[in-house]
Amino acid sequence: MKIYLDNGATTKVDNKVVEAMLPFFEEKYGNASSLHIFGQEAYKSLDGARKTIAAKLNAQSEEIIFTSGGSEANNLAIKGIINREDHIITVKTEHPSVLNTIKELEKQGVETTYLNVTKEGYIDFNELIASFKENTKLVSIMHANNEIGVIQDIRKVYNLCKKKKIIFHTDAVQSFGKAYISSEDADLISISAHKIHGPKGVGTLYVKKGIRLKPQIFGGDQEGKQRAGTENIPGIVGFAKATELITEKEIKQMESLRDYFINELLKIKDTKLNGPRERLCNNINISFKYIEGEAILTLLDFEGIAVSTGSACSSKSLEPSHVLKALNLNQKEIHGTIRFTISKFTTKEELDYSIDKIKMVVEKLRKISPLRGDKDVYR
Amino acid sequence: MYTDKVIEEFKNPSNLGKLENADARGEVGNVTCGDMLYVYIKVKNNKITDIKVETFGCVAAVATSSMLTKLVKGKTLEEAEKVTKEQIAKELGGLPPIKLHCSTLAVDGLKKAIENYRTKMQPS
Repeated sequence: MKIYLDNGATTKVDNKVVEAMLPFFEEKYGNASSLHIFGQEAYKSLDGARKTIAAKLNAQSEEIIFTSGGSEANNLAIKGIINREDHIITVKTEHPSVLNTIKELEKQGVETTYLNVTKEGYIDFNELIASFKENTKLVSIMHANNEIGVIQDIRKVYNLCKKKKIIFHTDAVQSFGKAYISSEDADLISISAHKIHGPKGVGTLYVKKGIRLKPQIFGGDQEGKQRAGTENIPGIVGFAKATELITEKEIKQMESLRDYFINELLKIKDTKLNGPRERLCNNINISFKYIEGEAILTLLDFEGIAVSTGSACSSKSLEPSHVLKALNLNQKEIHGTIRFTISKFTTKEELDYSIDKIKMVVEKLRKISPLRGDKDVYR
Repeated sequence: MYTDKVIEEFKNPSNLGKLENADARGEVGNVTCGDMLYVYIKVKNNKITDIKVETFGCVAAVATSSMLTKLVKGKTLEEAEKVTKEQIAKELGGLPPIKLHCSTLAVDGLKKAIENYRTKMQPS
């Protein structure tokens, strides 16, 4: 049995998406900038895909810029807006593609405020308001967190930013297709295809009309002269198809499986849910105390179950997840943290099988751990 | 990332868990760094007759703990002390550089256990 519970990392491409993409490799392979019939065909498909994604965000076609993915969208949103004299506000729990882009800008003199989060991962609006400065140009706050599934009230953030005439960017890579988001929620929105059963290598930055970005890739006049490069038509068509396939019913189904899974896992002794109960429909993040995440992950992998961990031991730097650290979890909770992310293809049978195996693995590792609850180490 | 030997040792580890009625215990590591070991030994006629390790840690920590016990069981205390972290890593077909500290931990844990045993045996 092979069970994939790492859909936050990437997802299986839907068959219907593959079908929609196939003609664009061997038949409709034109360059959308070409004038001949091949080019026109490609342009038409590109235009259609743009409309589909724009409609999903309640936006206009001209506001959609295709990129190579979520990371490029985040880079473009931030670097496309910020100058060296500017101030940015962001959050400690952002994705590395936001944090490391900002770090790079800091070398040039850009000033940043990193907002803290509560124990459940929410920002504090008073802290946000207190952080606004004269030269604050951009606020970048993710919609749903990739590790702990917490969903920020970005509409409220956006309204505060509008009053101050500050541009608001949100990284919606994890939430797009799983939680409602539209052009009324931000000026700039990053989304990605491969998190919604689309192909890898394609994403979108929604850019509100009236905002001009400094291009980060120079070349031809594609994407409103804001992002050069021949459009990835098969990828973009696949992205649009994946967007069309999103249904409210499947979101509800994931929510109910998520709650079932959380409840069952919390029945295991000495476990803790990270992030709030009301969270992204596919995210479950649990700390199994007294044992270590990489060991849990590997034993589950032997059983055919794919998950991810925030443990330090699994990372190349031996640093635990910056998100879990920002939640102020204590060390014993961070090390035994596992993220399970389900998809529309996940079944209850798969979860039941996983629950059995997880119980077995946790018991096995606790048996050999010096840190069982009754020991002196934590007192 | 890990060699097949590391994975095999992790999958079917030897001598892990608590050793009841041990003659001495060595504790190393801390929760902050993510690895912690308790090495238990039983000694008779200066030989390690039994050894078990309780391990809190990653795949490499479990595998090195298990390998350590295999290498020193039945050996005299002096022989056991000579087992090095390089030897453990070699027996496992190598460790990723960032995980070498796990083998250091195992060796240090054993040394502490032996030290504690000797202290205990000293006539007071």
